[in-house]
Amino acid sequence: MDDLDITIKITDREGVKHEIQAPTDMAMNVMEVIRSYELAPEGTIGICGGMAMCASCQCYVLSDHELPEMGIDEDMMLAEAFYVEDNSRLGCQIPIIKDLDGLEIQLAPESESE
Amino acid sequence: MIKTDILIIGAGPVGMFAVFEAGLLKLRCHLIDALPQEGGQCSEIYPKKPIYDIPGFPEVMAGELIDNLAEQIKPFEPTYTLGERAETIEKQEDGTFIVTTNRGTKHNAPIIFIAGGLGSFEPRKPPIPNIKEYEDRGVEYIIRDPEIYRNKKVVISGGGDSALDWSVFLTDVASEVTLVHRRNEFRGALDSVDKVAKLYKEGKINLITEAEVKEIRGEEKVESLLIKHKTKGDIIKETDHFIPLFGLSPKLGPIANWGLEIQKNAIIVNNALDYQTNIPGIFAIGDVNTYPGKLKLILCGFHEATIAVQYAYNIIFPDKRYVMKYTTVNGVTGFDGETKKADATVVKSII
Repeated sequence: MDDLDITIKITDREGVKHEIQAPTDMAMNVMEVIRSYELAPEGTIGICGGMAMCASCQCYVLSDHELPEMGIDEDMMLAEAFYVEDNSRLGCQIPIIKDLDGLEIQLAPESESE
Repeated sequence: MIKTDILIIGAGPVGMFAVFEAGLLKLRCHLIDALPQEGGQCSEIYPKKPIYDIPGFPEVMAGELIDNLAEQIKPFEPTYTLGERAETIEKQEDGTFIVTTNRGTKHNAPIIFIAGGLGSFEPRKPPIPNIKEYEDRGVEYIIRDPEIYRNKKVVISGGGDSALDWSVFLTDVASEVTLVHRRNEFRGALDSVDKVAKLYKEGKINLITEAEVKEIRGEEKVESLLIKHKTKGDIIKETDHFIPLFGLSPKLGPIANWGLEIQKNAIIVNNALDYQTNIPGIFAIGDVNTYPGKLKLILCGFHEATIAVQYAYNIIFPDKRYVMKYTTVNGVTGFDGETKKADATVVKSII
């Protein structure tokens, strides 16, 4: 393992568990890491690009890591998202940093529009 | 029947810029978009967000970029079918296509550009188990004709601008308006929030906050809703209509059934040549397409549009010789005959 990488455990929308390496030096966030590993189909995650404006990257945080505080945009987006739980966060608002080594998350279901 | 040279499906920045490049080749364009305005995501989702990677613009607001594009393509007189979704495509014997929208508007063109981004924007539907049974029986996700709510009881849910604005608007139409939101706070233009607050104080809007609609009840149509309040338990609210307004989400939609090769929710194109799809005459440009090395960037879409237009010209006029011209040399001549070009150099003796 590269020193700059951390390990993240992600359960995808089908319930499959993945343990992946994420770089801490590329200014990436959890949503981007999920996309880079193609753990959710393109077009179903990160629709707004990571501006906390669509909730397509909503995930449930399962481990007790200390996460960056929720900003107002993320908070208000989650106020309108579906399937929201107390441990819901938007993946795009969680930067990949050293302290998050071992982070465990689960992707929330995709919201329906058809 | 609307006839044009290039029918562009999707009026986002890339579809709009295609109008400009087509105009330089004297090709006319018509745009279809499911949204009621041009600009795609830039207008619908993030008009106030700055974009930093448009060449030549160190910083430009997404909404401003769309305004600029609208100005840039104006000389080429694009026409629009807005608020309608392209539904079906048929190839005619003469090789042209007919595209019909969900509202039955027909368009005929020899060339189709699909510039649909991530797809057409469809309303996000709350996960209420029996909601689909009540669609068009009192559940509406989009307000098309406010008059159907005249003297009816209406429950709106959502906490953004459209939930706020429609709640305000419908107080003059409906007999009773109730706004349900999961939080006490609303996210919207300050003006909209203030208006709702004022109407609430005047008793013209019922507000149920920290609550969610969980169940719809009724025999043939919506009769009441079960609303779960965070602390006060269940509330049964009688109503004629339930309007969930939770924003829009893009879906590739009917285009996925047009016989185009699709990979990862995007249309495969030939990026080595012309951005044409597997169906000759149908091109795909911008975020909707895919090819090895694809980047979903507005600036890449502009490039794709420019290339695609050249090949579209070759299809429409197979026998005409043509070379690409620089706008710095010839300026831009609109369809009304007016030309914008550099001032002529002055040659004049001074002494």
